[in-house]
Amino acid sequence: MNPGAARGSEPETLIQLTGVSKIYGTGQAAMHALRGVDLTVTKGEFVAVMGPSGSGKSTCMNIIGCLDTPTRGSYRFNDIEVGALSRDQRAILRRRCLGFVFQGFNLLNRTSALENVELPLIYRGVPMGQRSRQAAAALAAVGLSGWENHTPGELSGGQQQRVAIARAIVTTPDVLLADEPTGNLDSERSLEVMRLLTDFNQREGLTIVMVTHEPDMAAFASRQIHFKDGAIEAIRTG
Amino acid sequence: MWWETFMLALRAIRRNALRSGLTVLGIVIGVAAVITMVTLGGGATAKVTKDIGKLGSNMLQVRPGQGFHGPGGARASAEPFEVADAEALAREIADLEAVAPAASRSMQVIRGNENRSTTVTGTTDGFVLVRDWDLSAGRIFNPGELRSGRAVCVIGATVREALFGGLDPVGETVRLDRISFKIIGVLAAKGLTSFGTDQDDLVLVPLRTFQRRIAGNTDVQRIYVSARDGVATDRVKIEIEHLMRQRRRIAPGAEDDFFVRDMQEIVSTLTATTRVLTTLLGAVAAVSLLVGGIGIMNIMLVSVTERTREIGTRMAIGAMERDVMRQFLVESVVLAGLGGICGIILGLAAAAVGARLMGVPFVFNPGIVCLAVAFSAAVGIVFGYFPARQAARLDPIEALRHE
Ligand SMILES: Nc1ncnc2c1ncn2[C@@H]1O[C@H](COP(=O)(O)OP(=O)(O)O)[C@@H](O)[C@H]1O
Ligand SMILES: [Mg+2]
Repeated sequence: MNPGAARGSEPETLIQLTGVSKIYGTGQAAMHALRGVDLTVTKGEFVAVMGPSGSGKSTCMNIIGCLDTPTRGSYRFNDIEVGALSRDQRAILRRRCLGFVFQGFNLLNRTSALENVELPLIYRGVPMGQRSRQAAAALAAVGLSGWENHTPGELSGGQQQRVAIARAIVTTPDVLLADEPTGNLDSERSLEVMRLLTDFNQREGLTIVMVTHEPDMAAFASRQIHFKDGAIEAIRTG
Repeated sequence: MWWETFMLALRAIRRNALRSGLTVLGIVIGVAAVITMVTLGGGATAKVTKDIGKLGSNMLQVRPGQGFHGPGGARASAEPFEVADAEALAREIADLEAVAPAASRSMQVIRGNENRSTTVTGTTDGFVLVRDWDLSAGRIFNPGELRSGRAVCVIGATVREALFGGLDPVGETVRLDRISFKIIGVLAAKGLTSFGTDQDDLVLVPLRTFQRRIAGNTDVQRIYVSARDGVATDRVKIEIEHLMRQRRRIAPGAEDDFFVRDMQEIVSTLTATTRVLTTLLGAVAAVSLLVGGIGIMNIMLVSVTERTREIGTRMAIGAMERDVMRQFLVESVVLAGLGGICGIILGLAAAAVGARLMGVPFVFNPGIVCLAVAFSAAVGIVFGYFPARQAARLDPIEALRHE
């Protein structure tokens, strides 16, 4: 089930949060979004993060995604202390190691699917020819070959999210972070997207951390982390 | 990376083609105005320089008064010359090719039912020598006609055209006032001056005839002098000034009540005019570029706000501050540059039309074109910097959450 374990070696730790707290604002207005979260994700895992709205799921994902840093505690990604990195160093870490999928797809308007998928490769400095080959391959991997020249406006929600997934995996990241990726999709499309993610996890060994509040979707994951009031309430495996 | 950024900028601009077009209008107009004026100015200067060459750079004019730019009163009160002054110049100053005293008046020239308002100049045969003016038909006054003040005249090409059309006027008569003048010659056409006056709209009569029968006095309004080829006009000018001070009995230390103008002076007047014009144009350009720049800054700020989510997405994907910065800077530079290029094209087209209408050559000035491109790009950088920094400093999480 876990490719790291299947290879018979020690499961490698990819993400390690230790006593992570996030406080927005100061004094009276201080808002404790996370209160001492301990979480470890190993390579090849598929983790679902669940919990009621406002429980700190997105805050936790932003920290894992190096978009934000903890107020207190330590976050190590691949044994790098992210809190000690500068803004630009975190940008480079995201560029090299992370893939993002958002609830609202966040594709560029009036820009073809292919060009959307090429975007992270541009920031990596991949030359033009290789870039479009890689992007086309990523689109094929999400079942969208033939749709390269369609703009987001010409694609259904499910297709748009698949383009977004292609954009996230085209750089072969260490981890895919998805914050409510099925939140804007009907159940049929949601299942499609989930099957795709499961596929990447099982076949490519892609590590996935996904926020969802739908138990049906969380069921695809190997581990479910339940948040409540900024802390982990329960962890379920299987 | 630069290429991608450039393409991206082009696409962003195209996405809002109308808005982008309106935004850069200030730059387009400013650049076009400068290019037009500088190109036309260059053409006019080229024409004037050529005309002065045609006039003969060895020509000088002596006039009573204190110069074109001096107080008008002095000129009005200064005593006119006499024929004797011109004779003295011819006699006492070496290296002169010709001397022509002249007096003019605006009058009607009449032939049958045709009449035309023109300038009648009383002068001598020296006039065509000094002005280096050929005759297309007939001859200039002979000494007998000059001495006895005969009613003969030489007409300019415009007058000939107006009164005679295609006919040969030599031997015909025209009337000035109530006096009949026999036409003995026609001047070759010279065309317009650089300042747009028709040089061919004139009638020449012997000076004595003019004084006795038209003006009723013995005044000479100006004296044309030409130095021999290769003689420095500034030396001749000094000699003339010296002689005229003596003849007009001007006390040492007192101001001249006449002035000698050579072509060099016209050239320097022209240069000064051009400089004023250039400064003025510079100011116009600066203002329009400033206005254009503010427009660009405004539109870039709007663009940053509209694309906040895009910026957040790009940051999540791995764009560094400087990547975002570059994206928006390149966009504003491309926007301003496109405005500049449109302005150049428009300006050159307008200059080509204007040059044709004004009858001056179209002188392409690559320097000003390069300057225009550089300036509009600089406007893009300067006014794009603030919005670009705004974008680059966005917090990725806030940006991603932006609706
Ligand atoms: N930038 C912020 N400033 C202030 N409070 C915030 C900010 N971001 C999130 N919060 C608060 O932190 C808590 C957790 O938010 P979030 O992580 O988005 O929850 P979830 O994703 O589980 O719905 C919420 O109460 C939210 O209002
Ligand atoms: Mg959330």
